[in-house]
Amino acid sequence: MRAIEPWVVTPLRSFVEESSARLALLMTTSGQVVAQHGFTGALDLMAAAALGTGIIASSGELALLMDWTPFRTVAHQGQRQSHFLGWFDTPHGRWVALVVFGGETKLGLVQVYFDQLVVELLAAAPPAPVQKQEVLAADFERELNASLRALFGR
Amino acid sequence: MTDAYAAPLDSLTRLRGIRGAMVVAAQDGLVVAESLMGGVKGTPLAALAANLAARVIELSARAAVGEPRFVHLQAQDGSLLVAPAAEELLLVAVAGRDVPLGLIRLEMLRLAERLA
Repeated sequence: MRAIEPWVVTPLRSFVEESSARLALLMTTSGQVVAQHGFTGALDLMAAAALGTGIIASSGELALLMDWTPFRTVAHQGQRQSHFLGWFDTPHGRWVALVVFGGETKLGLVQVYFDQLVVELLAAAPPAPVQKQEVLAADFERELNASLRALFGR
Repeated sequence: MTDAYAAPLDSLTRLRGIRGAMVVAAQDGLVVAESLMGGVKGTPLAALAANLAARVIELSARAAVGEPRFVHLQAQDGSLLVAPAAEELLLVAVAGRDVPLGLIRLEMLRLAERLA
């Protein structure tokens, strides 16, 4: 498991163990990866993050179009593998979880442990930083490199 | 709740000691229909019951004893009862302590057959 935010590790590890998820990814709604479990290649991870946040955004827009409350979770069930997407609000903004699971667990269990993960993350989350700095290209590159190192150990 | 599930759940929850009954999708562990007393949480119960049933089905197959007809998990303060109904449905009940389990079991098997 790799995480940019260290306080995320314990709740996410507990979620992965209890739900028997094969892959788990926590990210912001802009697709920035916060933590991951089970992904082995940077390209897979970045593509999954981008597609996952895209699905959440498009299903949210669809709900708005239909005058519904935006869906909190979306599940796509396959024959051998399924995935589950859910969003939740943290002091650091809205985050999205992408969970890939197989026949060793059930969607209902993933949902139950996802709700528990949200509670544990909110309990562990430090307060949001007060000041917002202007984002510079150099800072962005440094943060990106630091994130990739944290996530892949490179 | 659809009528097809309301009637069986009602007849089950009328039995003494039953704290809740649900029809659960076996494949994903989600609640299809429920009739629960206050304090009984349907969502986690359905997920855990479906997972338990899947394990028992796998175990029964490995032991070559055929498909399980009834699962009874007895705990300190009550029981979790699961009867596979149709291929993709489970009838799940939560019972308290000191209840007529034989009667409940018979009723669940009868209702499971009807659901199938």
